[in-house]
Amino acid sequence: MDPFRFVAAADEHAARAAASAGARYLAGGTTLVDLMKLHVERPRTVVDINALPLTEIAETPGGGVRVGALVRNSDMAHHPLIRARFPLLSQALLAGASPQIRNMATTGGNLLQRTRCYYFRDTSAACNKREPGSGCSALDGCNRIHAVLGTSDHCIATHPSDMCVALAALDAFVLLSGPRGSRVVPLVEFHLMPGDHPERETAIEPGELITAVDVPPLGFATRSAYVKVRDRASYAFALASAAVALDLRGGEIRDARIALGGVATKPWRAREAERTLVGRPPDAASFRAAADAALAGARPRAHNGFKIELAKRTIVRALTRAGAMA
Amino acid sequence: MSKLHIETTINREPAEFLCEPHETVLSALRNGLGLTGTKEGCATGDCGACSILLDGRLVPACLVLAPEAQGRTITTIEGLSRGDALHPLQQKFLEHAALQCGICTPGFIVAAKALLDATPEPSEEETRYWLAGNLCRCTGYDKIVRAVLDAASEMKGSAA
Repeated sequence: MDPFRFVAAADEHAARAAASAGARYLAGGTTLVDLMKLHVERPRTVVDINALPLTEIAETPGGGVRVGALVRNSDMAHHPLIRARFPLLSQALLAGASPQIRNMATTGGNLLQRTRCYYFRDTSAACNKREPGSGCSALDGCNRIHAVLGTSDHCIATHPSDMCVALAALDAFVLLSGPRGSRVVPLVEFHLMPGDHPERETAIEPGELITAVDVPPLGFATRSAYVKVRDRASYAFALASAAVALDLRGGEIRDARIALGGVATKPWRAREAERTLVGRPPDAASFRAAADAALAGARPRAHNGFKIELAKRTIVRALTRAGAMA
Repeated sequence: MSKLHIETTINREPAEFLCEPHETVLSALRNGLGLTGTKEGCATGDCGACSILLDGRLVPACLVLAPEAQGRTITTIEGLSRGDALHPLQQKFLEHAALQCGICTPGFIVAAKALLDATPEPSEEETRYWLAGNLCRCTGYDKIVRAVLDAASEMKGSAA
């Protein structure tokens, strides 16, 4: 790691006061410290925010849940409210990483998780995300793990989070606190497409601090599933994943939620696919049509074309699992 | 930059050390405090060799900055035995020959302790799922899983 100044912030005010240019907030550290060791992240100041009182999970009016930014992934996954109301979110969290990492990683930090693109993590490679204007080694490099949705000519890096995929399906909100007050950003707008500026990954402004995530009430989220397909049975990043929920009444789909991971540059909400399901029976033909719609805009590179069919089958499996729930 | 003075509790004893901000708890344990039982494998949180308990939670020491240890409680592999009496997990790893080169072993035993603290009677599937963050290149894992299950069964017997 490159040397830096370490500040242990006692409260939110102290944290923001210490967050000068070139500073990074430290929560779980599972992304930040890892990338600091690789010299991808080189903060001048590290502001430890772990003493801030952002560790609560609380019910909100109407049946939603507010999750503090410092709630650890393992604690959210096992919380009774999350398990009962949003099983897809609990499943997504438990599908990620290892027990050690889930014990450290936080809700706020997971929103800011950086890509696992090999070239982003290797300072000798060209990467527009790490070093704007340097090019993209992945475009014509080894791109088996890269994205087929939301890509640009400057970046095809996949968003790595499982949690964010479930939160995208649930229309969650990100609560931010900054020098100019507090604001709320829908999760589906929090992560940005790479476009011409892959170095800009989120809507967060300098000095802003994530304080919580709001998961709004969604009655039919009890009929939901997160399915993750990867190179081995556990402890690997998704090649494709799907977070789905189904509102089933009278043998007909009234509403649906579908979000994808492992195949897109950001947590990917598949609204077109959701629309194809409304008014149809929960059967294999409906699910396959939705899967086709979700991947209609996919653009493969040399080595990741397999992800298109894989993602479709992942969606079908997740919808089948949700549809079969009592 | 001046060194930071960190006060912490390690294996039930007060401990203090000096560190640079950019050191990790792993380096403080091994280099500053001489507790070399905790191993460095990948150094990026992937292999589990440096697993410790931090305030009772299983974490990789390689991803915790040393100054984060201020005021915290740490348990390492050295804290599991009581004098010469091995922890049942340590004894069962020996009996089942659940190791070859041994680099991953302290991490596995600390991770298994965290498992048994929370789940005294884990199934084989729970055990394998829990230990997914600990990599072993020698044993093929089977003997490790058997040793953990055997230790769980013995600990249950002695607790009854």
